[in-house]
Amino acid sequence: MGDFDFQVIEASLPFLWQGLQVSLMLTGLAMVGGIIFGTLLALMRLSKFRSLSLVAATYVNLLRSIPLILVIFWFYFLVPLAIGRPIGSFYSALIAFVIFEAAYYSEIMRAGIQSVSKGQVSAGQASGLNYWQIQWHIVLPQAFRNMIPILITQGIVLFQDTSLVFVVSLRDFMTASSIVAKTEGRLVEMYLFAACVYFVFCFAGSYFVRRLKNRISV
Amino acid sequence: MNYNWNWTVLVQEPYLEWLISGLGWTVAVALCAWIIAFSLGSLIGVLRTLPNKALRAFGTCYVELFRNVPLLVQMFIWYFAVPELMPDDIGRWMKRDMPNPEFTTAVIALGLYTASRVAEQVRAGIEAIPVGLVSAAVSSGMNVRKVYQFILLPISFRTIIPPLTSEFLTIFKNSSLALTIGLLELTAQSQQIAEYTFQGFEAYTAATVIYVVIALIATLLMHQVEKGLRIDGHENRES
Repeated sequence: MGDFDFQVIEASLPFLWQGLQVSLMLTGLAMVGGIIFGTLLALMRLSKFRSLSLVAATYVNLLRSIPLILVIFWFYFLVPLAIGRPIGSFYSALIAFVIFEAAYYSEIMRAGIQSVSKGQVSAGQASGLNYWQIQWHIVLPQAFRNMIPILITQGIVLFQDTSLVFVVSLRDFMTASSIVAKTEGRLVEMYLFAACVYFVFCFAGSYFVRRLKNRISV
Repeated sequence: MNYNWNWTVLVQEPYLEWLISGLGWTVAVALCAWIIAFSLGSLIGVLRTLPNKALRAFGTCYVELFRNVPLLVQMFIWYFAVPELMPDDIGRWMKRDMPNPEFTTAVIALGLYTASRVAEQVRAGIEAIPVGLVSAAVSSGMNVRKVYQFILLPISFRTIIPPLTSEFLTIFKNSSLALTIGLLELTAQSQQIAEYTFQGFEAYTAATVIYVVIALIATLLMHQVEKGLRIDGHENRES
């Protein structure tokens, strides 16, 4: 413990920063994709057509019962096969995250849609709006606003989950830390440093969510 | 897309054995970690609701620390960093002589991590109990220990069974992270089969199906537990 080496962290900061950018970009893109796809799934789940809601329910339950690492492996294997050429681990990881997170976001959006009172939908129908107009102008904006704190909380979980791209050697913050840890032989310093960085981001994120919740509830 | 289907690899030697042994490790890690997570999580959750400020602060710190660091980082810290940080002979023992180091580390890391999530559910369950019940108990002469033993814990543990079920399912999924420290559990085995045979589709399908079956069995099991413990006339949060 006495020979804790801060030098190795300092020297590798530019390399780690590149990794962190990959992590953040992956989180951001997967969040946007996951929310869009998840909202569509939620609409399907709540639709009056039995077959649509059955498909959405099966999708969500299937994805929620398998580990994220398995989903990452699936798409790392499937995507190049489907398009016939290798596209690099970033895109296949991104697709895996969007597909996986959509299942979780769809449950959040479903709760959000259900939190909008039925009377508003009836009012929309009475003024002659069609299904998509009602969803787009009345239901979804409110559902989205009500769910913002939970959507961000899920975003924090997603940020932690991006560390799992380690299994396909995509150079995110986690993989970058472990590369430095192994080449410099400084495992203790690098992994504790990585833990601190993740902690600061996630703690700040959840603090922000708590503030936001208080402001919304007032 | 051209792909040579060959589902028979799954029942060939040695791949079938790999899958079975992977399943065994997955179940073993998940169940052992659940024992730690459930007992420690309940304790921490209770600490967070106690009148004593110091104990409450300790519970809060535990939860915040373990919840805000990715499980993968925690896994690596337990596996690579902790033996270095220990006094020399314990560290040497952990690195050289500890039986089944990957398994033990995975169970500890996963158990301590999930404990923080269980603690949050336990705390929420206790806080959801109307204050009137506690006041009534205190005014009939119960001390803090008895209030927990007879009022708060029996009620809250029944109401939090649905969220605990989902934590129980999550621990099976999260046990897949043990592959990062070299434990050949189910996901690792399916990936290894995919690499050896080039039959990724079949290998990953097998793992997916097994995880879905585990989820179904675990859900049914917890549903039975819930039914057996239900208080007549008491409304559960989800049913």
